Amino acid sequence: MSITSSPHWEEKGGANELLVQIENEDLKQMLESSKDSAKLDAMKRIVGMIAKGKNASELFPAVVKNVASKNIEIKKLVYVYLMRYAEEQQDLALLSISTFQRALKDPNQLIRASALRVLSSIRVPIIVPIMMLAIKEASSDLSPYVRKNAAHAIQKLYSLDPEQKEMLIEVIEKLLKDKSTLVAGSVVMAFEEVCPDRIDLIHKNYRKLCNLLVDVEEWGQVVIIHMLTRYARTQFVSPWKDDEVVEEYSENNFYESDEEQKEKDQKVKNTYTMDPDHRLLLRNTKPLLQSRNAAVVMAVAQLYWHLAPKSEAGIVSKSLVRLLHSNREVQYIVLQNIATMSIQRKGMFEPYLKSFYVRSTDPTMIKTLKLEILTNLANEANISTLLREFQTYVRSQDKQFAAATIQAIGRCATNITEVTDTCLNGLVCLLSNRDEIVVAESVVVIKKLLQTQPAHHGEIIKHMAKLLDNITVPVARASILWLIGEYCERVPKIAPDVLRKTAKTFTNEDDLVKLQILNLGAKLYLTNSKQTKLLTQYVLNLGKYDQSYDIRDRTRFIRQLIVPNEKSGALSKYAKKIFLAQKPAPLLESPFKDRDHFQLGTLSHTLNSRATGYLELSDWPKVAPDPSVRNVDVAELAKEWTGILGKTKKEKPTEKFYSESEEDEDESSSTSASGRCLESNLHLPCLKNSIFRTGHYLKRIRKKFKKSQSYVAAPVSVPTKTHELLHRMSGKGLAAHYHFSRQPGIFGDRMVSVQLTVTNTTDQKIENIHIKEKKLPPGMRMHEFNPIECLEPAGSITVSMGIDFCDSAQMASFQLCTKDDYFNVNIQPPVGELLLPVTMSEKDFKKEQGMLTGMNETSATIAVAPQNSTRLVIIEKVVKAANLGVVPSGQDNIHRFAAKTVHSGSLMLVTVELKESSTAQLIINTEKTVIGSVLLRELKPVLSQG
Amino acid sequence: MIHSLFLINCSGDIFLEKHWKSVVSQSVCDYFFEAQEKAIDVENVPPVISTPHHYLISIYRDKIFFVSVIQTEVPPLFVIEFLHRVADTFQDYFGECSETAIKDNVVIVYELLEEMLDNGFPLATESNILKELIKPPTILRSVVNSITGSSNVGDTLPTGQLSNIPWRRAGVKYTNNEAYFDVIEEIDAIIDKSGSTVFAEIQGVIDSCIKLSGMPDLSLSFMNPRLLDDVSFHPCIRFKRWESERVLSFIPPDGNFRLISYRVSSQNLVAIPVYVKHMISFKENSSSGRFDVTIGPKQNMGKTVEGVVMTVHMPKAVLNMNLTATQGSYTFDPVIKVLTWDVGKITPQKLPNLKGIVNLQSGAPKPEENPSLNIQFKIQQLAISGLKVNRLDMYGEKYKPFKGVKYITKAGKFQVRT
Repeated sequence: MSITSSPHWEEKGGANELLVQIENEDLKQMLESSKDSAKLDAMKRIVGMIAKGKNASELFPAVVKNVASKNIEIKKLVYVYLMRYAEEQQDLALLSISTFQRALKDPNQLIRASALRVLSSIRVPIIVPIMMLAIKEASSDLSPYVRKNAAHAIQKLYSLDPEQKEMLIEVIEKLLKDKSTLVAGSVVMAFEEVCPDRIDLIHKNYRKLCNLLVDVEEWGQVVIIHMLTRYARTQFVSPWKDDEVVEEYSENNFYESDEEQKEKDQKVKNTYTMDPDHRLLLRNTKPLLQSRNAAVVMAVAQLYWHLAPKSEAGIVSKSLVRLLHSNREVQYIVLQNIATMSIQRKGMFEPYLKSFYVRSTDPTMIKTLKLEILTNLANEANISTLLREFQTYVRSQDKQFAAATIQAIGRCATNITEVTDTCLNGLVCLLSNRDEIVVAESVVVIKKLLQTQPAHHGEIIKHMAKLLDNITVPVARASILWLIGEYCERVPKIAPDVLRKTAKTFTNEDDLVKLQILNLGAKLYLTNSKQTKLLTQYVLNLGKYDQSYDIRDRTRFIRQLIVPNEKSGALSKYAKKIFLAQKPAPLLESPFKDRDHFQLGTLSHTLNSRATGYLELSDWPKVAPDPSVRNVDVAELAKEWTGILGKTKKEKPTEKFYSESEEDEDESSSTSASGRCLESNLHLPCLKNSIFRTGHYLKRIRKKFKKSQSYVAAPVSVPTKTHELLHRMSGKGLAAHYHFSRQPGIFGDRMVSVQLTVTNTTDQKIENIHIKEKKLPPGMRMHEFNPIECLEPAGSITVSMGIDFCDSAQMASFQLCTKDDYFNVNIQPPVGELLLPVTMSEKDFKKEQGMLTGMNETSATIAVAPQNSTRLVIIEKVVKAANLGVVPSGQDNIHRFAAKTVHSGSLMLVTVELKESSTAQLIINTEKTVIGSVLLRELKPVLSQG
Repeated sequence: MIHSLFLINCSGDIFLEKHWKSVVSQSVCDYFFEAQEKAIDVENVPPVISTPHHYLISIYRDKIFFVSVIQTEVPPLFVIEFLHRVADTFQDYFGECSETAIKDNVVIVYELLEEMLDNGFPLATESNILKELIKPPTILRSVVNSITGSSNVGDTLPTGQLSNIPWRRAGVKYTNNEAYFDVIEEIDAIIDKSGSTVFAEIQGVIDSCIKLSGMPDLSLSFMNPRLLDDVSFHPCIRFKRWESERVLSFIPPDGNFRLISYRVSSQNLVAIPVYVKHMISFKENSSSGRFDVTIGPKQNMGKTVEGVVMTVHMPKAVLNMNLTATQGSYTFDPVIKVLTWDVGKITPQKLPNLKGIVNLQSGAPKPEENPSLNIQFKIQQLAISGLKVNRLDMYGEKYKPFKGVKYITKAGKFQVRT
C-alpha cells in the first residue's frame, strides 16, 4: 500500500518536456494554494523528484515562499529543498535568510538548532558573514544541542569559505572547552577538518576529553579516539623501548598477568615511566572495546596498537575477533587490519587461529583475507594443522581461492624450513590436478621454491618439462621455461628438446612465454652451443620480426651479447656470467607487509594508498614535550567554564540526573559505578528556572565558587528608536542613522552592537563608504563595518558595527568617509544600551542585592503616571529604555530587573517598588555607581511620563 | 564525512540519491558498476572503491546497495557501521528494507536521512529519538494523513536528544508493563569429513522487548556470568557495574533493542546438537554420482531439534538430482546448483535420510571436491552454552512488571565438510 500520496515513480526520465512543464505548473499552483494539505502534497512530490535525481530547480521561487510556513512538515520539506538547490539559485535563496535569522533567536533550542543547521547548509557565499555571526552566537548558546550544531556549522562554513579559518579556529577553541558530551565529538570533528595541526588547542582539554569519552555518543567516540591517537604520538615518549615497560604509576590490576609484571618491575627499574596522561588515555578507552559499534572497537584497537606497550596491545584481539561475526563489510575491514597486525605480532592472534578458518560460503574476498592471516600466523607448532586445513582449501570449487591457497602454502614452505619438503611434495602432487589454474599456480610457486634451494630437484624439473605439453597458462609456461633455462646443466638432455618444441610454437605464444623462450635459447647457447646454436639463431630470427617491440628489443640485446661478431664489445666475454649468475631467491611476502606505515583503521590503510586528507601519525618524540601544558588549574577551569556561559553559576543538586539518581536509589554503588560521567545539561523551555549542572570534576570547585547563578538571556525587547548620525544636509546627500540592536557579543564579548543604516539621497552613486580617523577615549575600541563599495541613488544599506564603550557614556567619535568626502560624526550611547540582560531567580537577586548596598546603591522616589502602574506596562517601559532582563517577582508591587554591563560584566540590579498615591521607589544596585546614577536619571522620566 | 548516498537495486537502477554537501553527479556510480561487473557475485563487490576524485564505500543489504560517496580520509568502518544503521532504521520503520518500501515512503526516508546526518556527520541515530522526530508510518495514519493532510513529522519536540539518557524518551506509558528477554545463541561450527569438530564456538545475543512506563532502572543477573567471555553492550548498560559485579544494570530504551551480544569462551567445549552421516561420490568417467545423507540428533539435552534445513552448493558439473527423502521435501535449483532439503523436526526413532542419484554433465571432468553441507536448525527452550538468567529487578518505578525470558539455540554458520 502506498503511504505517501503520489511521488510519481511511474514516469520515466524521458517524459517529454511538455509533460514536465504541465506538471511543474500544477505543482506551482498547489504551492500557492491556501490549503496546507495541497502544499504538503506538492512538497512531497517535489522531494520525490529530488530523491530520484530529477531536476526541480524551476520551482524554486514557488517553494521558497513557504519557508516560513507554520506547518512543521512543509517547513522541513522546504528546508530539504533549499539545501539542495540554494547553491544554484543564490539570489532567490537570500529571500529565505531572514526567516532563519529570526528562528536563530527563538526561545526553543531545537528551532534555534535547526535554523542554524539549514542556514549553514545553504552554500551561498554572500551569507558568509551572517553564518559567521550565527555560529559565534550559537557557540555560546546555553543549550548544548545548539552548540553541537554550531560545531557542525563550522565545517560547513570552512568548506564554503576557507578564508574564515582564523575566526573559526577561535570558535573551535572555545567549543573545545565545552564540557558537554553532546558537543565534544562534533567539535573534535570540526577541529580535524579545519585545523588538525593546531595540536596546542588540545593540551588543556586532553584530560577532559579522556574523561568524557565513555559518555560521548558512539560516532563522536571514533573521531575523538583517532584524534587522541595522533595527539599522543606527538606528546609522549615511546613505550616500546626494548619491550620493557615499567609502571611507577601503579595500576597493577590493569594487567592480566600481575606476577609477570612484578617480576619485570623488580628486574628493571626506571628504564621507562609512562606519563600518567598516556596511561589515562589507555585506561579510559579500554571499556570501549565492549561497544556495539564496530567502528568504535576498531578505533580503540588501533589506539592500543599505536600507543600501548606491546605487552598490553593483546587485549584488543578478542574484541576484533568478535567483530568477525558481523556482516561481510565489517569482516572485510577488520580482517585487513588483523592481517597487518598479525605480520608484526603473531602472538596477538595465535590463540584465535581457528576463528580464521574458511567456510565455503564466505565471499572470496573474505576467504583470501582469512588465508592471508592464517599464513601470517603459521609457525612450527601449528603448521601441520594448518597444512591439513589448506588441503581442504586447495580442493575448493572457488578456483581463485584455491590458487591463493597454493601461494600461501609456498609462503609457509619458505618461512618454515621444517616443512619445505612436505610442501614441495604436496605441490608437485597438485601438478597432476585437473584444473589448469591450480596447476599453473603450483608451477609458479614451485619455481619460486626451487629457486630458494636448487640443490637436488632435477626430478621435479623433469616432471615439469613434461607438463609443458599440456599447460596453456602463460605464467606457468614461462615459469617452467625459466626453470629449465636456469638449471639447464642439471637436465642436459631435456633442455635442448624443450627449446626445439617451443621454437616450433614460438609465434603462437604469449609475450611472456616468448621472452622466456629467448632466455632459454640464450642460456643454452652459452652452455651447450653445439646442440642448440642453430635453434637459438632460429628463435632469435623469429624474435627479430615479432610484433612486440619488447621482444624485438630483447632479441637484439641477446644477439649482441651472445653471438660473437666484430662489433661485439667487451661485454660478450661476460655473457655467461650475466645470464647464469646466481640469482637471489624471491621473497614470498605478504601483500600486507608494507601497510603498517598507514594508521590502522583508516581508509588509506584499506586502500593501501594515501587518501586525501590522511593525517600522518608522527613518530614518537625522543624527549617528551612539557607535560605540564595539560595541567588545568582549578581556578582557570572554573573561569573557562563560566566563560562559556557568560556568567558564574552554582550547583543546585535538587534535580536528579542519571548518575546521581542511581546513587540515591542504590547506595552501595558509587557515582562512578554508573560508568557514565555527569553531563552538563539544561532543561528548556523553562529557561529561567533551569539549573546548570556540571561534570563531576567540578564538584571540587563547587564549594569555592558558590556564586549566584545567572546568565545572559536574549534581550526582552529591542528598541525601534533610531538616532541620527549624519543628516543628509550636512552629509552632502549621505544620511546615516543608527540604532542599538541589543544582540550580545557579535563582535566580541565586550562590544555593544550598533546597526548603522546609510542612505543615499543624491542622484549619483556614492562609493566606498568607510570609517576613518577614530578619536576614541582611551580603552574604547571599535569594530568597523566592512566598507560599502557602492551605494546606488536612493538606495540604503544597513551594516553592523561593534563598539566597546568601556562601560562609560562617553562619545565615540569617528569620521564617516566616502570616496571624495569625510564627515565627523559621533555616537553617544544611552546608558541603557551598555547593558546585557541577565536572568536569575528572585532569591539570587535578593542575595546579590544584599551584597551591593551602601555606596553601591542609588535610589529615588518618583511619581508614577496612573496608566503606568500595571505590571505589564512597567516592564514594557523599563526594558524598552534599558536592556534589562526581567526577574520573576513574588510580590505584585515590586518589579525587579537585572543586567550586567557589557564591558566589565558587573551586575546592575534595578528594583521598582510601587507605593501608595502613585509614587514609586526606584532602586539601583551596582558596583558601577556612575552608570547606576545615570541610569536612574534616565529611568525616572520613563515611568513618570504618560 | 559522508558526502552523498545512492541506493542502487540489483538491476543497477539508482532509485534514490541524497546529498549532504554539494551535489555529486550520479555518474560517480559508474565506478561502482564497473567493480560490480568484475566481481563474480554481489557478495564479492569490494566495500571500498577508490575513484579519481572520490572514494565509494558500500554495503549490500536486502538486495540493495547503499553506496556512499566520501571525499576525504575517514575510518571505513565508521561509514559501514553507519550505513547499516540506516538500513536498520528503514527496517524498523517500514518492516522491511526493500526497494518498494523505500520508494513508497520516499518522503519519510528523506526526512530520516536528513535527521541522521548533518553535513555528513551522524546526528541522531537512536531509533527512540528518530521516532519522536518522525513518526513511523502505519496504515491508519497514512489514511488519516491523506484525508486531513496532517503530517508524519512529530509535533512535539524530542527530549531524548537533549537528556543524558538519549536512548529513552520521557513520558512512556503502558497499561500492561512487560519486559521480555530472548537469549539467542548461534553455533558456528566446521565439522570435518570424519565427523570431528574442526572449529566451534557459540555467539549469543540477548534481544529485549521492554514496554515499561516511566523511567525504570533494571538490573539483570545471570546464574553463571563467567561463561560470557567477550561481551559488547548497548550504550545503556553501566559498564563499571558489569566489571565489578557481573550484573547488567541499565535504564532500557523503549521497545525492541539488542541488549548485549557475547561470545562464549572457546575453552568450553561446544556441544554439537546434530550429526550428519554422508556418502557423496562421483564416479570417474561416468555421468552420475551417488548422494546419501542422514541427519541425526546428538547431545540435545532432551530437547527436540526442529526447523532443520540443509543447503548444499553442488559443483558446477551437476545437471540434476534424483533423490528421495524419507522426511521433508527437497528442491534442486539447476541454475545456481543449490540443493535445499527442508527436513523439519528430527525424531530419534526415524532418522531423516536423503538418498539418490546425481546426474552430471556428460564429458565434464569429475568434480574435485565434494560440496560442503550447510545445516540450519533450531532448539527451543535451550541455551546451548548453559547460560541462565537469574533474576530481573526493577528500581525507580512502583508497578510490578510482567517478566519473561526465552531461550533459543540456532545454527549459525554451521558447515559440514564432506
